[in-house]
Amino acid sequence: MLTDKDRIFTNLYGLHDWRLAGARARGDWDGTKELLAKGRDAIIEEVKNSGLRGRGGAGFPTGLKWSFMPKQPGPRPHYLVVNADEGEPGTCKDRDMLRWDPHKLVEGCLIAGFAIGANSGYIYIRGELVREAEHLQTAIDEARAAGLIGKNACGSGWDFELYVHRGAGAYICGEESALLQSLEGQKGQPRLKPPFPAGVGLYGCPTTVNNVESIAVAPTILRRGAAWFAGIGRPKNTGTKVFCISGHVERPCNVEDEMGIPLRELVEKHAGGVRGGWDNLLAVIPGGSSVPVLPKSICDTVLMDFDSLREVRSGLGTAAVIVMDKSTDIVASIARLSRFYMHESCGQCTPCREGTGWLWRMMRRMVDGHAELAEIDMLEDVTREIEGHTICAHGDAAAWPIQGLIRHFRPELERRIREAAARAA
Amino acid sequence: MSGAGDGGAAKQPASFAFTPDNLGKARAFIARYPAGRQKSAVMPLLDLAQRQEGWVSVAAMDAVAAMLDMAPILVYEVASFYSMYNLKPVGKHHLQVCTNLPCRLRGSDELMATCRKELGIGPGETTVDGQFSLIEVECLAACVNAPVLMLGDDYYEDLAPDSLRKIIAGLRKGESPKPGSQIGRQGSAPVGGPKTLTGAAG
Repeated sequence: MLTDKDRIFTNLYGLHDWRLAGARARGDWDGTKELLAKGRDAIIEEVKNSGLRGRGGAGFPTGLKWSFMPKQPGPRPHYLVVNADEGEPGTCKDRDMLRWDPHKLVEGCLIAGFAIGANSGYIYIRGELVREAEHLQTAIDEARAAGLIGKNACGSGWDFELYVHRGAGAYICGEESALLQSLEGQKGQPRLKPPFPAGVGLYGCPTTVNNVESIAVAPTILRRGAAWFAGIGRPKNTGTKVFCISGHVERPCNVEDEMGIPLRELVEKHAGGVRGGWDNLLAVIPGGSSVPVLPKSICDTVLMDFDSLREVRSGLGTAAVIVMDKSTDIVASIARLSRFYMHESCGQCTPCREGTGWLWRMMRRMVDGHAELAEIDMLEDVTREIEGHTICAHGDAAAWPIQGLIRHFRPELERRIREAAARAA
Repeated sequence: MSGAGDGGAAKQPASFAFTPDNLGKARAFIARYPAGRQKSAVMPLLDLAQRQEGWVSVAAMDAVAAMLDMAPILVYEVASFYSMYNLKPVGKHHLQVCTNLPCRLRGSDELMATCRKELGIGPGETTVDGQFSLIEVECLAACVNAPVLMLGDDYYEDLAPDSLRKIIAGLRKGESPKPGSQIGRQGSAPVGGPKTLTGAAG
């Protein structure tokens, strides 16, 4: 069980001063120059050894990603881009880091920027987070005024400029290549990969795109050491993680705990338990709207980390835990997500653009039961036609919640269809 | 990806110009990007235009295009792609209610019903006096404080029909209702106060 001494985001709830003086009192910007003096390779090695996996959803090892950048900068500058376009339904962790621990992110940007050879970075923050962008800008201005970033950042000899770029309400810009398109002043439509951003990213230059949390934990990992971080959680699923617990719990909240914490313990210890008690649980979406829903039987024992959740054919995603009790209309709930994916499809690839509309219309029929039994398989088939057939993972994300529904709640779909047919007869 | 200007054409003003103050801000935005990459400033400039006029007119998009040396069509594409740009005027108080799943599980349907009843308008509509407009929005990333409403630059969180009615009544009286949790929570900490991070120094 994680205790406060091992929590990284010590101002997660905004109880303390979020500005530079407060951040320094909590240990941020302490000895940053010495951290940088270890050198690029040592920093990347340390992050690799910590086992940190990207906190934006995909779980790709952060240190490894950094190591993909060219070793020797060529004629093209390198860029660091931070993905603060938080919008995966259920997820609200980056928001707290941006508004109340912005210096952890700014310091992390300097360190990551140095490690990947970037003299400038952009933080792409979703447009709706206006107040959070204001805090972030204040933190950047404070850091620049204090010589922590800018020319000869922290006296390290490294120049590093950092800019905020506000989005304007498009979920797809959380996809890294769509984010880059958007940052270049275009519609947020994902790019084909390869080439990957480390080769051809922002303005055609080598670029690393990381989630807010991945960057914000880096300074603490370097200060306390890879072994400390790697000693928390489970093998290959190390460290602490900020979980967002929403829906039908007594006390919804964000909380930082260790990777691999049992789902039931997370919900009961931190969120006051399921409304009406654990036995009143119907299902949980454990990692934000894109990952398949899990029925109570799996929730009873599953651990909250990348590999444990993959084993039960779901995912940790952004660690956004959406809890649904037995009063929930599970079909209508998943249908609402289908509407979301339809609304947010960028329209570039036909299977996604057309398919997400199909899914939404078929799901509406499932909600009322005004469908044929054979349509359940047809619905599953449509999800398979979309999944893996598009430029980015938006199509997959639209498909997975429905696949999870059919996998675990098929009897409920069948019941509705039979009852609707009986009523009509 | 659907912009707010989907339904009906708005009466377009003949011209647009940034105020001197905003022109300075626009130039500062452009300076954030490398030379020759001024197109990157299209989003902040559209936002600036919207803050000045309340919405983004064709004249404003043309002015932004000219400033950034972009073809106007490329600016229209951007403006219509992102949902936060209003391509027609909205009410003085533009209520944006999240109805995505985490908010739905905690009563956003009731909030929409309350808005309809109190304001007499549905999603996408504006009251006759131009004071209020209402839309449904997708996830606002404040899910543990659901249900959530965005109004201006602020979030109103942990809402219920009663607290929403109070906010609307306050707006009608020309007040500025206090944003954030409407039940007195500290950020995303659980109701009743944090159970972690309880040390004095943090």
